[in-house]
Amino acid sequence: MQRDRRSDAPAPPGLPPGPRAVIGQSLPRLEDGPLLRGQGLFAADVNFPRQVTMRVVRSPLAHGRLVSIDAAAALAMPGVVAVWTGADTAAIPPIPFRATRVRGLEPYCQPILARERVRYVGEPIAAVFAEDAYVAEDAADLVSAEIDPLPAHLDAAAPPGEFLPGLGTEATVVRKEYGDVEAAFRAAHAIVALDLSVGRHSGVPLETRGAVARYDAARDVLELHGTAKKQHWNRDEIARLIGRPTHGVHLFEGHVGGGFGVRGELYPEDVLVCLGALRLQRPVKWVEDRREHLVAANHSRQQRHRIRAAVDAEGRLLAIDNVFFHDQGAYVRTHGARVADMAAGLLPGPYRLPAYRVAGHFRLTNKTPAATYRAPGRFETSFVRERLMDAIAARLGLDPVELRRRNLIGRDEMPYARPVDALGVDVVLDSGDYHALLDRALARFDWAGTQARLADRRARGECVGAGLAFFVEKSGLGPADGVRVSVDATGSVELVTGAASVGQGVETVLAQICAEALGIDYRRIRVVRGRTDRIEFGNGAHASRVTVMSGSATYLAALAVRAMALETAAMELQTTAEALTIRDGRILRIARPDEPLMALGDIARQMGPNSPLMRGRTPGLTAERWFYSDHMTYPYGAHLAQLRIDRDTGEVRVERYLVAYDIGRAINPMLVEGQIAGGFAQGLGGALFEEFRYDDEGQPLSTTFADYLIPTMAEVPPVEVLIAEDAPSPLNPLGVKGAGEGGTNAVGAAIAAAVDDALGRPGAVTRLPIAPRTMRRLLAETAR
Amino acid sequence: MSDGGCASRSIAVTVNGSVCRAEAPVRLTLSDFLRQTLHLTGTHLGCEHGVCGACTVLVDGRAMRSCLMLAVQADGHQVTTIEGLAAPDGSLHPLQAAFCRHHGLQCGFCTPGLLTTLVEFLKDCPDPTAAEIREAISGNICRCTGYDSIVAATIEAARALRGDGTTP
Repeated sequence: MQRDRRSDAPAPPGLPPGPRAVIGQSLPRLEDGPLLRGQGLFAADVNFPRQVTMRVVRSPLAHGRLVSIDAAAALAMPGVVAVWTGADTAAIPPIPFRATRVRGLEPYCQPILARERVRYVGEPIAAVFAEDAYVAEDAADLVSAEIDPLPAHLDAAAPPGEFLPGLGTEATVVRKEYGDVEAAFRAAHAIVALDLSVGRHSGVPLETRGAVARYDAARDVLELHGTAKKQHWNRDEIARLIGRPTHGVHLFEGHVGGGFGVRGELYPEDVLVCLGALRLQRPVKWVEDRREHLVAANHSRQQRHRIRAAVDAEGRLLAIDNVFFHDQGAYVRTHGARVADMAAGLLPGPYRLPAYRVAGHFRLTNKTPAATYRAPGRFETSFVRERLMDAIAARLGLDPVELRRRNLIGRDEMPYARPVDALGVDVVLDSGDYHALLDRALARFDWAGTQARLADRRARGECVGAGLAFFVEKSGLGPADGVRVSVDATGSVELVTGAASVGQGVETVLAQICAEALGIDYRRIRVVRGRTDRIEFGNGAHASRVTVMSGSATYLAALAVRAMALETAAMELQTTAEALTIRDGRILRIARPDEPLMALGDIARQMGPNSPLMRGRTPGLTAERWFYSDHMTYPYGAHLAQLRIDRDTGEVRVERYLVAYDIGRAINPMLVEGQIAGGFAQGLGGALFEEFRYDDEGQPLSTTFADYLIPTMAEVPPVEVLIAEDAPSPLNPLGVKGAGEGGTNAVGAAIAAAVDDALGRPGAVTRLPIAPRTMRRLLAETAR
Repeated sequence: MSDGGCASRSIAVTVNGSVCRAEAPVRLTLSDFLRQTLHLTGTHLGCEHGVCGACTVLVDGRAMRSCLMLAVQADGHQVTTIEGLAAPDGSLHPLQAAFCRHHGLQCGFCTPGLLTTLVEFLKDCPDPTAAEIREAISGNICRCTGYDSIVAATIEAARALRGDGTTP
């Protein structure tokens, strides 16, 4: 799993479990200073002399033939530099796939400006370049498009039809199967079938997308600023799309105002600003407004499942047959079929399942293209799977907790290989004690006492209930990540990573790992991330991968630097490396720890290129190490919810919420809690409030924050967090699993169960979000 | 800044204690004036329609959405932005310090608006309950934290501002 490419040295021993001097401590973040002082550098804060502003003209119709675009009036405006339409960008290939390529998806790729057809409201059809943002916006209003309207495809579960001439609405079907499903259904004691839907919603970071490109002719380098998430892949693809050598394009990351899966994918606008900077020979800045973001950045989640389970008389799962319809929207973007693939492969979650069959119908509609959003494919399928478990419990008259206990995979069955794949790798649940975590969560929540108290309140007429969901997350997607750790002559450390940061605390976490291994104050470590000009390769920040992959690479690199420093010091001090250690950046004899002998900076100076010591060797107190992984690591947890429904307004008030999550090891527990609490708030949005709605003609109805309802402090209760470290991952030296998505994963599932319980109607909730209008309908049905 | 054919006015706005004189197109928003004319980019724009609260600044001590206010409306008034919260010696305002200690920010994009809103709130309500804090900032969207760490930070900052001396 871990290999040292340079030396073939044996892997260092894993870090012993439990909190260490730096790892496992809730230290303040390195990131906070500039952010608190208003000194951050978000995309819109980047400016260059002579820059022009780009404004994108977007399709006003969901589907139609693009007959012509008239830009004459816009071009005549003072301050307008250029207006482009699809004809001006026809030579540029469409946005490519990064993930889960499936043959046959290519015709559904998005051009950077529409030609011949428009396929969703918000699709870029022209780009205006002007001296400032106000003029650009005025001019964009003057660009008029003649479009012959066509009927819009809006229901992914409708029978397949023709999406484009000769191309169907069903781009592909994701199929996976193991075991004898038919036999299991024939032998079943009971068959439970459900029809469940999750509404279209997405990450909606508070910072809208932005990009600033400039071409520096002096160095012959095109720079793109305001980037996020996947700088190296995006750099490679931008270079290819615009026909430049890869080394002639560099991407830079400043601060990122939230990622959540959406931000940092390669979008048409990113390519447009790069092309603009080259053609206009002036820096080009683009910052979208909120309405644009809500119709143009990736949507997510919309899926309808028709699912059946076969169970024996004790409620044990025998088979699941999962047919679902994935509403992809109008194009297939960078993720290919990834979300549908994850939904297909990861639905079984924490349960033993002898036979499984899935058919994921990947369908195009005339809506904004969809891709990943925090816990992609898992928020949806945890809702579906846990609804199914609740329905089985209700059918057999079993307690929902007991039903789950009977099906949870046991600790002695780990690692548990499920004969199915997801994200291109086999699903092997690496470690876990699911039963123990469930017990701890129930005890912390006082589940039994809660049930009794809620029964009393219901008897007094209140509409209150509790619900629970169990889930498995996935994290640490490989295959590789590298980190270079260097000590300078002042004893400061620079850590260069191919990872990125979307605001979650990457710098602090990597610095803590480096500090632990090297023996230095974490505040003396500068983390450089999200820059293609500082490290050759990188896989970025997504899929809860940074702490696992880049964290492990950091650990290996820092240990290597430590070993180099100790060897050099030992030579100098006429002793052995084993007799020495490093504390607070100083070399000490283990036997005489009160006498600092030399500083790391001194050693770095001695290892400079002009030092006789280094003759014939590569100079510098520096090491680059790569960490490789063929398998993901699988954190797991439980969500427990208690809520009250207002019978008059349909308002759902969450009274208590517990997330129990085993992530193997928490590098910084405060940041892990922050990930879980923030993830929960987003999950709550998807469960109760957030939805991109469309009218019958495909006009989006959720285009402001007054219509797309992000939970505010009034809706989000304090969340209780139980971080468990019972099951360290055997797949990396730190034992870590990713912490970023477990707070979101099972919120829809747990809230749905609690609403059922409050209504006293198992299976009442079949669709998310449970908006107030839905809740009022459920209340009315229950009253009948 | 082009005025798009619109008129402009000479304005004088006191921003973080310094008088700033400029020629402002009448349609220029206060937020764009701060960010583009004065290069104070700490004030962030999250929605530009007055819902998210990221652009909140203090105008004569009162929290205002700078995206919904024109620069010319600030003529003759005192504006405090995120850049003006720390003490002249650079030490953090108690709210800023408490946000750091309690992990009251992740991406930091909403933080300037939350801090300015809370500066006003704690002046009016120096000893708030958690429920009062939740009410006070229910008009600021944070997409990262889940809010509770912000409540905890505000309680601690209020204590420090009252001079209880119990701040760690």
